[in-house]
Amino acid sequence: MKNKLIQHLALAASTLLIGGSAFAQVKIAYIDPLSGPFANVGDAGLKGFKEAAEILVNQKGGIMGQKLEFTGFDNKGSPQETQLQLKAAIDQGFRFVTLGNGSGAAHSLIDAVNKWNARNPDKTVLFFNYAAVDPTLTNEKCSFWHFRFDANTEMKMEAISNFMEKDKKIKKVFIIGQDYAHGHQVAKYTKEMLAKKRKDIKIVGEDLHPIGRVKDFAPYIAKIKASGADTVMTGNWGNDLSLLVKAAKDAGLKARFFTYYAGGLGTPTALGASGEGKVLQLTEWHSNVPTKTTEKFEADFNKKYPGIYFYYLRVNNMVQMVAQAMNTAKSTDPKAVALALEDLRFQNDTGEVWMRKSDHQAMQPLYISIFTKKDGKTVKHDSEGTGFGWKTLAAISQRDSQMPTSCIMERP
Amino acid sequence: MEFVVISLLNGITYGLLLFMLSSGLTLIFSMMGILNFAHASFYMLGAYFAYQISTWVGFWPGLLVAPLMVGVVGALIERYGLRRAHRFGHVAELLFTFGLAFLVEEIVHLIWGNVAVDYRIPAELDGTLFTLFDTDFPIYKGFMMLISVGMLVALYALLTRTRIGLIIQAALTKPDMVEALGHNVPRIFMLVFGGGTALAGLAGVIGGNAFITEPGMAAAVGSIVFVVVVVGGLGSLGGAFVASLLIGCIQTFSVGLTISVTDVFALIGIVLPEGSQVARLTITQLAPVLPYMLMVAILIFRPRGLMGARES
Repeated sequence: MKNKLIQHLALAASTLLIGGSAFAQVKIAYIDPLSGPFANVGDAGLKGFKEAAEILVNQKGGIMGQKLEFTGFDNKGSPQETQLQLKAAIDQGFRFVTLGNGSGAAHSLIDAVNKWNARNPDKTVLFFNYAAVDPTLTNEKCSFWHFRFDANTEMKMEAISNFMEKDKKIKKVFIIGQDYAHGHQVAKYTKEMLAKKRKDIKIVGEDLHPIGRVKDFAPYIAKIKASGADTVMTGNWGNDLSLLVKAAKDAGLKARFFTYYAGGLGTPTALGASGEGKVLQLTEWHSNVPTKTTEKFEADFNKKYPGIYFYYLRVNNMVQMVAQAMNTAKSTDPKAVALALEDLRFQNDTGEVWMRKSDHQAMQPLYISIFTKKDGKTVKHDSEGTGFGWKTLAAISQRDSQMPTSCIMERP
Repeated sequence: MEFVVISLLNGITYGLLLFMLSSGLTLIFSMMGILNFAHASFYMLGAYFAYQISTWVGFWPGLLVAPLMVGVVGALIERYGLRRAHRFGHVAELLFTFGLAFLVEEIVHLIWGNVAVDYRIPAELDGTLFTLFDTDFPIYKGFMMLISVGMLVALYALLTRTRIGLIIQAALTKPDMVEALGHNVPRIFMLVFGGGTALAGLAGVIGGNAFITEPGMAAAVGSIVFVVVVVGGLGSLGGAFVASLLIGCIQTFSVGLTISVTDVFALIGIVLPEGSQVARLTITQLAPVLPYMLMVAILIFRPRGLMGARES
């Protein structure tokens, strides 16, 4: 508390001294876990944003001559703390925030931003969501002040279930997830869509475990084993995913894993050779998607931050789209930026990313890939130095993952 | 059948690790009457020390050196911190250990950062020990069991078969008499505290790479260790052993049960109203809280724990 007070006083003093014109840069507050069980995820994300801002925006002229900068605010993964950090960011003059980890935190942030903007129409704040994928954020709870750059769970499950529809080897599916909004949504859409597309597939089990608290997944793996599942569907991320696959590896579980996030943040390391041909992921990009510029960006990033591997193409998309919107609007006012972002079509390395106006959900190409031994040809790059990388099994066009929205947006 | 056997093995492995953690805590309590809130912090220190050593000279030296280092740190804290705090009574002691837990966490943050460190299982222990039915049992789990059982035997032998063990036991009940016989009781206490923390450190060395080594690891096990000690009976080593295995098995088996709260109440003839959130929870979802429910039940029905000697 005292610290905060001192911070605020110091800030007030410095603002007075410099006379308000101090901020010759565009600042975005990055509110995500920088400590606690998901600190590694938050840390990698922040580095991704800083690097993307530097290479893709600042070195190319910036935003109307100003620099784009990201500053980390630690929300410890908690919805309550997220609101406090938003307050701190606003007090420090931030008008743009980004958050990705945890739909719980994203729900909290969207509420807080809506409330703040209603009360302070002259000092609005805009929320860029780069990874929280609960579909409600662009449906029931959609907001003019929120933009999502990752495909949501409904879109991801549409793509995955279309893929599963054709794979007749799949007979029994076990769903395991973290016990909060995101885990619930993954379970819900898996069941709904499989029931529609493959009536013969049996859901043999469904488990939700406390998020970030389970260190030993062996009991869950024993249960999956006992259920006779040949396929496991999970939306787990961070250590909840790497520890899950590690336990599966230890127990010699033969089932295939369909995941959202196996591509990075320690999971490939935990998989090692045991994941070969068994772990699939759905992402907007992976190292072996042929691209023009991202390959070099990735190599430079991995060299610059040893121990962290480039993982989020959508972070690059977001940074460039935001910069483009600001440059088009010739303004860094959140409302003007939001209006310019709507309907924006951005050409990235894998195709077009389109920010749909009706719900502020980005549409982009997606890839289903499988963990495979590096062969120098289709699997040119391995993941996290394991000797294994991702091989595309299916490329899903932007159109094929589009889902209708129930969003009725209140526009200012 | 397969599920039962595998879950039993998982439960015992986890239980033995819990025992390693809680044995030090219960030992310290029975000797010195100190409830060491910072006990799990020594577990974390053990993991981080072992990680640091493993980056220099590999895992095996760390297995020996890291617990010793933790023990030395523990002994120094007893000598220069706790002993002073002790003069001001139990509340001061409790607050001291409580504060210590935060201090250790912050220090770990400062030295090793917020992010988990890459502390890995040594290559020679990474593999399958045996395959039961169709499930592999990893070598490392066997190794964890071996270390915990070895530690249990060594501790038992030390306390009952050696001279120092006898003095420790005597100091437990009659410290004044032991002092009158010319033994340095404060030094014995320092040794016990150091020894207890070293045990936690050892648990950290083998638990840190089995699971994950991060600044939150102390908080993650901190509360469960107290459950073990309370359920087993404060101060009882045997009780801690039984309670550790019990809680290990409860946690693994409850994950496997898909029945809901409604079903459980139906067993005893109570029908819960349909549609309520609580009634729909499955035992799997309740697994993390079951040990705490057990602790509350024990405190109500048998406050001295399963095998505790003290009533209070």
